[in-house]
Amino acid sequence: MGELVFLAIALLVIFTAFAVVMSSNLVHSAVALLFTLFGVAGLYIFLYADFLAATQIIVYVGGILVLIIFGVMLTNKIDTPSIASSSSNQVVGALVSLLLFAFQLGVIFKTDWHVGDGTVIEGTVRPIGLMLMTEYLLPFEVVSILLLGALIGAATLSRKD
Amino acid sequence: MNSLESYLVISSILFSLGIFGIVTRRNAIAILMGIELILNSANINFVAFNRFGGMQKLDGHIFTIFVIVLAAAEAAVALAIIINLFKNAGSVDVDEANTLKG
Repeated sequence: MGELVFLAIALLVIFTAFAVVMSSNLVHSAVALLFTLFGVAGLYIFLYADFLAATQIIVYVGGILVLIIFGVMLTNKIDTPSIASSSSNQVVGALVSLLLFAFQLGVIFKTDWHVGDGTVIEGTVRPIGLMLMTEYLLPFEVVSILLLGALIGAATLSRKD
Repeated sequence: MNSLESYLVISSILFSLGIFGIVTRRNAIAILMGIELILNSANINFVAFNRFGGMQKLDGHIFTIFVIVLAAAEAAVALAIIINLFKNAGSVDVDEANTLKG
C-alpha cells in the first residue's frame, strides 16, 4: 500500500514536472507546477518531514505559486485566448539535460552511500524549533533580514512612480 | 522502493527538467518555474540524506527551510524585475531584452 502511494506520488511529480517545462500555455504550466509542489510535499511526508511538508504547502503553493500566477496575469493580455510561451533550442537543451541526467544516474548508482541504521526522528517541529533558536540562531536572523530586504526591494521596484 | 536511491533519482529527474526549462524557455516567468523545480530537487536531496544518512539531528531540514526562504525572496524580486521589464519593453521574452547590448 505504502509502496503504491509512493510510486503514485513519484509519477505525479515527474509527469507534472514534464508538463511544466513542455506546455506551450503558461497558465497550464503554472497549474502543473501546483501539482509538482504538492507531490514534493507528499515526498516530504514519506521522509518523516511533517513540518517541511506543511511549510512546502504554505510557502510554495500558497505564496510563490500565487506570485507566479500574478506575474503571468500581469504580463499578458488577458483577452488573448491562449497565453503562449514559445521555446527555442529544444534539441540542444534536451541533449544537455539528458547528458546531465545520465551523469547524475551514474553518480547515484556507483557511489557507496553511507546509510544509517534507519532510526526515525518522529515529530520534527520541536527539534527544528530548538535548533533554530540555538545552533542556527545567527543564520536564522540573517535570513530574516535578507527576506525583509528582498521584499522591501521588490515593493520598491514594482511601485508606480 | 522506498530507499535513498529512489529519492535521488526523482530529484535528479526534477533537476534535469528544470535545466531543460531554463535553457529552452524564452518567457521569463517560465524560466522562473524552471528555477523553482531545481530548488525543489535540491530540497528533496537534503531531506532524503537527512532521513537515510543515519543523522541524529535535523540539519538537513534546517537547510531546506533556508532554501525555501531564499526561494521566496528570489521569486518576489524576480517578479518585480519581470514586471518592470514588461512595462519598459512590452514583452517578457528574454531574447528581446537586449537593450544593454552594444
